[in-house]
Amino acid sequence: MTDAPRPPNDGGEILAVDGVSVSLAGRQILDDVTFRVGTGEFTGLIGSNGAGKTTLLRVILGLQRPAAGEVRMLDQPRGRRNRSIGYVPQKVLLDPDMPMRARDLVALGIDGHRFGFPMPSKARRAAVDEMLRAVAADGFADARVGNLSGGEQQRVLIAHALISRPRLLLLDEPLANLDPGNREEIIGLLRRIATEQHIAIVLSAHEINPLLPVMDRIVYIAAGRAASGTTDEVVRTEVLSALYGHHVDVIHVHGRVLVVGGPGESGEADIPADPACRVG
Amino acid sequence: MHWVFEPGFFSSQPVHVAVVVGGVVAVVSGVVGVFTVVRGQSFAGHTLTDVSTAGGSGAFLLGLNPLLGFVGIGVVGAGTMDLIGVQRVRGRDLATGIVLGAATGLAALFLYLDTTERATTGATQQILFGDIFIVDPSTIPVVVIFSVIALGAVAAIYRPLLLSSMSSDIAAAQGVPVRLVGLLFMLALAVSVGLSSLAIGSILSTALLIGPAATALRLTRRVGSAMVVASVIGVGATWLGVLLAYDSFYWGSSQQSLPVSFFIVMVTFALYLASGLPVVQTVTGRRASDRPTEEEPRSPHS
Repeated sequence: MTDAPRPPNDGGEILAVDGVSVSLAGRQILDDVTFRVGTGEFTGLIGSNGAGKTTLLRVILGLQRPAAGEVRMLDQPRGRRNRSIGYVPQKVLLDPDMPMRARDLVALGIDGHRFGFPMPSKARRAAVDEMLRAVAADGFADARVGNLSGGEQQRVLIAHALISRPRLLLLDEPLANLDPGNREEIIGLLRRIATEQHIAIVLSAHEINPLLPVMDRIVYIAAGRAASGTTDEVVRTEVLSALYGHHVDVIHVHGRVLVVGGPGESGEADIPADPACRVG
Repeated sequence: MHWVFEPGFFSSQPVHVAVVVGGVVAVVSGVVGVFTVVRGQSFAGHTLTDVSTAGGSGAFLLGLNPLLGFVGIGVVGAGTMDLIGVQRVRGRDLATGIVLGAATGLAALFLYLDTTERATTGATQQILFGDIFIVDPSTIPVVVIFSVIALGAVAAIYRPLLLSSMSSDIAAAQGVPVRLVGLLFMLALAVSVGLSSLAIGSILSTALLIGPAATALRLTRRVGSAMVVASVIGVGATWLGVLLAYDSFYWGSSQQSLPVSFFIVMVTFALYLASGLPVVQTVTGRRASDRPTEEEPRSPHS
């Protein structure tokens, strides 16, 4: 715990992504992606739809094998099953007919991968209650998850991912389909988790502006390549133009950032058709 | 009481066998059925009934116990569906449809041969629509063994299956072997369908698999309690069906019992309809407690 608004970045690295390249069905998705994540850091993984954000998260999780490069957690080679990573996937469709309460889903975060029938215990229940309170989901702990709103479901999924006490939490587009109020609340919640529990957070998003106040580090992906550093280092005309492979303008308006693509002579898919919309 | 239980009901051996076999099978169907509905695999479940038809009619042709045919070929069919089908839902439906076609073709051949070569016209009726009153008592131990296998498999994979039914992405990230868990469930489903084919016929076995489970899912908020409720509903419907079929011998003057499977399926269906009544939903608390709080006034759904 600390009074500082940002976590004391003690220099401890938790995740190292080195030269990762991925091809799927003959198409290059990621090309030599390299970045670091420190303990308790909040990292925004920014890129347009189809830029390769989900693929990169899957490589970090060990669900996708890279063609080249490697991902290391705490200087250990990554195994396929790593319980020190929590994951909130993109667009989880929770069926309203699925008879599962919020607390049941969170409890599965403790032991859902184990075989055998679950034995209810006081400790298990207490841990679930504590986690539900930590994400302010205790008010709807007994409701069916499928009946909750998008923001409520995100809280439950975050609780599910956090209850196994991971050192790193990956979230794939958790802000998509949330209205601005809920978005702010989820971002605030995640920032607090990173700071107070020293959990590194990597969050993918296609909008940069909602994350500007909280990001310690940005990994900007375009055309399968990535640039990383602080926001000031990365979100600059020269850096992003080099990344996109053609000229783009980075414009600051009232504390917001707009990335405006020129007429793309290369015709690449990630040139923002409507730049103001793409970057928020 | 005699107008509820007609003479000889409690001393009849076929009734004893029917009560035991029907009860055990209904419990398995309830437990497996809940996951079948929750996972959206009703189509796979129905396909396995057609696979079972082929197995049952084939066993009949060879003079084997039909249960062995039902379960044996069902397991092979389930494995085939899993091998062809990828994890994507559309691939799974496609694989299911292909197996469905092949199985029904085999069933057509076997049933034709059953009725022509062996001159047993009752075979078609018995395999498709079942007759729990003519189940051989020596089959009971086999029914129990298969039931223990199916229930044991579901209990063993309960948590990983629940998690991967919820989201295969989350399950995989948490280290669940999603593919293996799905295959094990398919095999349990095949055994369950084989058992209910014996009880109420292969065509009708879907009714016992899906009906009580769908009813229970309307009334409960947890998978575990849905399984208990589905089993109770299934057992109740089966026993009531057995009683009604027995009693039907004394209805009217024709002195002929009506098919027991008909009664079981109709009771199941009536219970499903009843569970949708607003009064039932309120009593079970399903409506009232689904949203205990009105959190987040800004959320678009509130």
